[in-house]
Amino acid sequence: MNNHLRDLRGERGWSQQELAERLDVSRQSVNAIETGRYDPSLPLAFKIAELFGLAIEQVFTSPSRES
Amino acid sequence: MPATPALRRYNKRVLISCAAYGFSLVGGISYFNNHPGAHGPTAYLAAVIPALAIIGVFVAVGRYLVEERDEYLRMLMVRQSLVATAFALSLATLWGFLNSFDLAPRIDSYYVAVVWFAGLGVGSCVNALIERRAR
Repeated sequence: MNNHLRDLRGERGWSQQELAERLDVSRQSVNAIETGRYDPSLPLAFKIAELFGLAIEQVFTSPSRES
Repeated sequence: MPATPALRRYNKRVLISCAAYGFSLVGGISYFNNHPGAHGPTAYLAAVIPALAIIGVFVAVGRYLVEERDEYLRMLMVRQSLVATAFALSLATLWGFLNSFDLAPRIDSYYVAVVWFAGLGVGSCVNALIERRAR
């Protein structure tokens, strides 16, 4: 599942470690989500979206809408 | 894997289980050397305690999966354990049939646990490969 996490993190000037600490997950998790190797659970996806003050679909691209 | 609190507890539990296994195995061997042909309750106890120590490692893996709060790291351990299980069951099945047709010697069944532990190493390599390919 594609997402805009790297861009959103970049806009705020956060490192992967800083984002991981804000989400209470490991840096590896952030890296895996950013690179599309891991799709987060719904609770974690909500947590990520809420951290950026966005709706889930503004952070993650629906697989059915991916070209 | 980063040392999360759950992983630190897992490592501690595995170390305790391994130490318990070492001590109980030495004790068991010593007991049966000093009591050849023993069959009483003490003999059963001496034989079972090393197995309980090994089971402790399986419990540690289960506790880690329950306690790990990082879902990605938990997924990695689940995948690693599934690979280990598939590896151990496949080898056990292959060896069992070879043994049934007298093509391989009989080996003690507790070696399945040893193979499963080796399978954890295989699982770790599979995790590393999948992670590397995805980059």
